[in-house]
Amino acid sequence: MATHPGPLTAAPPAIRTSRLVRRFGEREVLREIDLTVGAGEFTALLGRSGSGKSTLLRALSGLDHGVRGSGELAVPERVSLSFQDSRLLPWLRVLDNVVLGLGGRRAEDRGREALAEVGLAGRERSWPHELSGGEQQRAALARALVREPELLLADEPFGALDALTRIKMHGLLRELYERHRPAVLLVTHDVDEAVELADRVLVLEEGRIAVDLAVDLPTPRSRRAPRFQEYRDRLLTALGVHPEPVPSEKNDA
Amino acid sequence: MSETLSRARTATAPPGTPGAPPRERADRPAPTGSGAAPAESARQGHRPRRLGPGRAVPFGRLIGPVLLVAVWWLSSALGYLDPRILSGPGTVLATASDLVSTGRLQDNALVSLQRAALGLLFGVLAGVLLAVVAGLSRSGEYLVDGPLQIKRAIPSLALLPLLILWLGIGEQMKVTVIALGVAVNVYINTYAALTGIDGRHVQLAESLRLGRWTFLRKVVAPGALPGFFVGLRLGVTSAFLGLIVVEQVNATSGIGYMMFQAQQYAQSDVIIVGLVAYGIFGYASDALVRIIERRALSWRHTLAR
Repeated sequence: MATHPGPLTAAPPAIRTSRLVRRFGEREVLREIDLTVGAGEFTALLGRSGSGKSTLLRALSGLDHGVRGSGELAVPERVSLSFQDSRLLPWLRVLDNVVLGLGGRRAEDRGREALAEVGLAGRERSWPHELSGGEQQRAALARALVREPELLLADEPFGALDALTRIKMHGLLRELYERHRPAVLLVTHDVDEAVELADRVLVLEEGRIAVDLAVDLPTPRSRRAPRFQEYRDRLLTALGVHPEPVPSEKNDA
Repeated sequence: MSETLSRARTATAPPGTPGAPPRERADRPAPTGSGAAPAESARQGHRPRRLGPGRAVPFGRLIGPVLLVAVWWLSSALGYLDPRILSGPGTVLATASDLVSTGRLQDNALVSLQRAALGLLFGVLAGVLLAVVAGLSRSGEYLVDGPLQIKRAIPSLALLPLLILWLGIGEQMKVTVIALGVAVNVYINTYAALTGIDGRHVQLAESLRLGRWTFLRKVVAPGALPGFFVGLRLGVTSAFLGLIVVEQVNATSGIGYMMFQAQQYAQSDVIIVGLVAYGIFGYASDALVRIIERRALSWRHTLAR
């Protein structure tokens, strides 16, 4: 149903689920999801609230103990998860937050490198609350990256940021992605964000993947490009929002 | 828009009033004339009335205590106070230096402090241990929390008769009474802090795949520390409360014993010296805990700045 051709590489897929079901009480939140995300693929997951986005993400990150369900699920060993809030521990300095739980003698050096990469060199000794919202989110990104993930799961990481910071973070995330090439699953409710960043966009609807759309645009992407608008309108329609001129065609991948 | 409005307001005021500065007007009695009322409301519309307390005066807090001592001094100097009821400050100071020079005050204070410190030590250890057992495991919670919540409802001092029956009237009983009170305070607050660890932090720890030990060290312990300190401060208070009570029970040493003896001979000066000593102990120990707390929670300290 929702298998995407993707780039044909030798590497095993970063996510493979088959007939994945998750239930809360009687309600089936995820209904037999078959999803394959290739290694190094940047995928965005859209959906209205209650469509099951967070449930899917938690299932993929293995944080949904106690939730009933069935199906098969395979993810790589190194998975990083980033949250809507930066979720830095307030009692650990920035560097200690980044390397939290990281073993090995070089952990601190790697943490420093990761912080430098997100533009936070020199802030290693700061307390999290001394950083701005955007800087906190960048520190969280460093914490995710320092683990060299094969799969990065991001749950609306820019949801709590102001518009200007958000634009900068989009650029940073794409840049880091291109340098490290993890598979990314970005959960968002911002259609523009999805089309701008991802090479493939999924729309989740009532626990099923309703749309699976490859975004074939060169990067960096301009939101004003006509083809950008085209993708955007198609996705908005799929989400039940009708953009100004209603496009008739609906993707039924 | 607002300019025309204020001009309209001044127009309704009778001549003479608009020029008066606001401070003067506030001191004046309420206007009784019919013409003054609109002018008053117009002026209040300009600047909101301050509702909070006024500016702080340096060392203003000392005014009350200093006044109290002054009244005490004056009334005993003028002979209003019978020395058998309450000795004057001069007598108290003389008695204190007397007690210090004979070594009686230090010896008794040392005994009292030792009791409080031992009770505090055992109480804190027991409180933390029980809180960790109850806070980190379900079976521990089921076994430990119930009895301790029941114990919380019974004041430690109510257990005194039983403890005297079991342990006699020696040091063992005294330290146990103090430790019981401390342990309950430390337990209640530390346990609440442990079970109140932010679920989002737990989720983070799981997503980072922290080991159990790292999780306890980096997430649980620092997260529960503020609650522990609340318990510790209450525990210190309760340690001195317990100390005062147990020193009234067949003690042969300690500040309480010294005061109890003075009561027999109507030496109100010695009793006051004892009270002051208790006060200094309580204040100093609380200040000490606050300093430790500030060190341990330095990340929080900068937050409040």
